[in-house]
Amino acid sequence: MKRHLLSAGDLTRDDAELVLRTAEEMRSLADRPIKKLPALRGRTVVNLFFEDSTRTRISFEAAAKRLSADVINFSAKGSSLSKGESLKDTALTLEAMGADAVVVRHGASGAPHRLAHSGWVRSSVVNAGDGTHEHPTQALLDSFTMWRHLAKDGGSLDGRRVAIVGDVLHSRVARSNALLLRTLGAEVTLVAPPTLFPVGVEGWPVETSYDLDAVLPKADVVMMLRVQRERMNASFFPTAREYSRRYGLDGKRMRQLQDHTIVMHPGPMVRGMEITADVADSDRSVIVEQVTNGVAVRMAVLYLLLGGNEPAGTTDGTTKGLSE
Amino acid sequence: MPAPETNAVPTAQPDVSGESSRTVLDARDITRALTRISHEILERNKGADDLVLLGIPSRGVPLAERIAERIASVEGYAVPVGSLDVTMYRDDLRLKPARALLPTQIPSGGIDGKTVVLIDDVLFSGRTIRAALDALNDLGRPRAVRLAVLVDRGHRELPIRADFVGKNLPTSLVERVKVRLLGVDDVDAVTIHTTGHTTATGAGATA
Repeated sequence: MKRHLLSAGDLTRDDAELVLRTAEEMRSLADRPIKKLPALRGRTVVNLFFEDSTRTRISFEAAAKRLSADVINFSAKGSSLSKGESLKDTALTLEAMGADAVVVRHGASGAPHRLAHSGWVRSSVVNAGDGTHEHPTQALLDSFTMWRHLAKDGGSLDGRRVAIVGDVLHSRVARSNALLLRTLGAEVTLVAPPTLFPVGVEGWPVETSYDLDAVLPKADVVMMLRVQRERMNASFFPTAREYSRRYGLDGKRMRQLQDHTIVMHPGPMVRGMEITADVADSDRSVIVEQVTNGVAVRMAVLYLLLGGNEPAGTTDGTTKGLSE
Repeated sequence: MPAPETNAVPTAQPDVSGESSRTVLDARDITRALTRISHEILERNKGADDLVLLGIPSRGVPLAERIAERIASVEGYAVPVGSLDVTMYRDDLRLKPARALLPTQIPSGGIDGKTVVLIDDVLFSGRTIRAALDALNDLGRPRAVRLAVLVDRGHRELPIRADFVGKNLPTSLVERVKVRLLGVDDVDAVTIHTTGHTTATGAGATA
């Protein structure tokens, strides 16, 4: 792995599978009486959140704490950021405090990249969502969830069909998932109204469709995306009702799915808009499990980036056995 | 990223680097040693009650399974077997790049109040076992912890000793002890390798 996790596209298949296997071990921790491992004792992880987030920040915080790291939470509200401090000065402050990893969420696409490559900080940078660009740990936890359900006993996601449905335009989750799932061998179909596809989507390693009902019967995974109205400054569809009639997942559409197909949602979901309550609460829905898996995957990422004197897999020295 | 693999040397033949090897235990020796260890465990524990066998990956795990088979054939019932990865508890974690984790599988009955027998292939400095004791501490409170190893090669760096030993193997620090076991490797054998150079830092032993 590289020193930073900025894009799901940076991960090779070996990297991604190492994260998934490590996450599998991390997940078994949840069943143990002491949910803590000593691997990152004495390391400091800073959660730098310029945008609101509950589940991602809490998930990273839980992951770092379960690995015994010290966690400093830094959110834009109630900090010097609201007084006009720049990203650079914030970064220099964190560097002076000795952060080993900075988990950053920012409203501007590319902010984590800037932080990682500007020379402001020496720590590892983990992208926890930047603008409408990427959210690599979400893609990893989604893949991990699919892998647990569809690739049991050492299988892979090769040839599995994943439908990602909804507001692709504003979704960093869709982009990261498209890149990572491609790396892992799955076939991704994006489904959205024409207005909600980003420019240049034809360059993505995916198929696209405007017709949800044609895609559903073949899918092994259906991932519903939230309509991000807070990012919408124009009308992308006539009414919410029309959107949910054409692109929402309801009980009737769910009955078209194959028996093994799972329904996912990165959260937060808007019940009644992109997904109805009976689907969200059905046996097919793994939405709650995604949250549990998120902690395991983020533990795996933090461990693989910070657990040694350099990230895993950058040299041949990663094997266990050179002595003790 | 390479898969976890204990030994980098592919075969046991002498090669151009001047390395020579000799076999100290062959398949039948290993079988006999494991049978004896199994009986010793039963004798010490006065039967198989409350026993839990935990192999330390990678080669401790097939050893634990084989010992469990023998115990089952003697006592007539199965004892719980699992594996315990100690990677994250190692004292040299920070000295190398982050390492891949190996499976930890704790039997469903847990380890509280049980007699846990840790099983590894080679006992060397004792640091792996120290890490294993720390890992056990986070998993529960066993009534007792014992240690069984196939080979004890000496050179302890911590006050740790094995309760059950397949073979005591006096070695020099420049030698490398290599254990190969069916299930992980293609053959059952314990070999000692001597390199022409003295650069080897006890590599190859998963003590």
